[in-house]
Amino acid sequence: MSLLTQTPSQTAGPYFAYGLAARQYGFPHTSIAGATLAEAHTPGELIALEGRVLDGVGQPINDALVEIWQADATGRYHAPDFGGFGRFGTGTERDQAFRFQTIKPGSVEGQAPHINVLVFMRGLMSHLYTRLYFADEAGANALDPVLNSVPSDRRATLLAPRVAGPGLPCYRFDIRVQGEGETVFFDL
Amino acid sequence: MENLLSAAPTAFQPRDWEVQPPYLVPAYKSSVLRAPSQPLVPLKHTLSELTGPVYGPECLGPLDHDLTRNGRVNGEPLGERIIVAGRVLDQFGRPVPDTLVEIWQANAAGRYVHKGDQHDAPLDPNFFGGGRVRTDAEGRYQFMTIKPGSYPWGNHPNAWRPHHIHFSLFGPNIATRLVTQMYFPGDPLQAIDPIFLGTPPKGRELLICRFDIDSSISDYALAYEFNLVLRGPLETPFETR
Repeated sequence: MSLLTQTPSQTAGPYFAYGLAARQYGFPHTSIAGATLAEAHTPGELIALEGRVLDGVGQPINDALVEIWQADATGRYHAPDFGGFGRFGTGTERDQAFRFQTIKPGSVEGQAPHINVLVFMRGLMSHLYTRLYFADEAGANALDPVLNSVPSDRRATLLAPRVAGPGLPCYRFDIRVQGEGETVFFDL
Repeated sequence: MENLLSAAPTAFQPRDWEVQPPYLVPAYKSSVLRAPSQPLVPLKHTLSELTGPVYGPECLGPLDHDLTRNGRVNGEPLGERIIVAGRVLDQFGRPVPDTLVEIWQANAAGRYVHKGDQHDAPLDPNFFGGGRVRTDAEGRYQFMTIKPGSYPWGNHPNAWRPHHIHFSLFGPNIATRLVTQMYFPGDPLQAIDPIFLGTPPKGRELLICRFDIDSSISDYALAYEFNLVLRGPLETPFETR
């Protein structure tokens, strides 16, 4: 059986903001998703996620869009009280970081807790997929089949350490798209 | 319900790298420091990749599909009104319903409403260039908008982007996520655009919409048809009807 040909991907370019993240950038249009996935009343541990997207010479990228997709605290996708999807452009923060407020996900199908991360930006012809794992889940991480499929010397690029901060417990996840310490990206 | 669950696909077709552009396209300068240098690591689809966000009709405003009206302040936007419509299909030719389609584009003069866009062309107070819609049961979507202009960019001397509209689709899950661009037929800039040419030849035609006089609205707007093909399930779901 012959299949139809997939529509090729193209870069999101630098000007995606009023199409995808209008509210964050102050444009007069709504957005379907933003930085806040959970509030204080959402079941689970409320956390912050932050990081930067760094290019091949280590410069932070100010025209990237980061999307996250995750389960709720009990490991359910599409939980009734938790949408699980967030979107943040790196052009509005002084340090070009992305910042989300969410909850720490539970285990899905026996996997270690993780968050799916998608990166779009100028210069990127197809978006990138990666996974954020929590560095303080060492036991679960050691058994995770996806982490174990990654060369051991690159696994640390997928682990977000818990860092001290003034507000919520925060996990730090810098994404290096190229070069030394390059983040592992997956071909789904 | 039980039948639907047992028919749920366990994986989706891989990305077809004979069609999908490589990450490194040296002629497109921004890709040089932003393309991964290591090969992608294969990942077997789990529930994490086989689920994705779902946005129902309640997420759409009444003018979200109409870019000629959703940015209107004191009059019609400038430029040529066009209808952009089509279907979202999977690789088996089946419609992909309930898919959120988001678009963004330059105005008729080739200017984006973005502080980073320094092209000295007029901004249009009645057009900001963002919209969204959901596909219906047959996978159909439709936008009303303005034909975007060409604009210069800094990639190389005398570089101009072809007319294009950016598209973002979710499809049934995270594995089918797609961000792409729609180009217009007969645009001479395609032949010299490093982004368009960064797509393997086999895939390029799929990025160009079709002029559709039959769907045009007399005395009002011309129409273009743009169909999109998302990855299909690896195992054809069992059809009960």
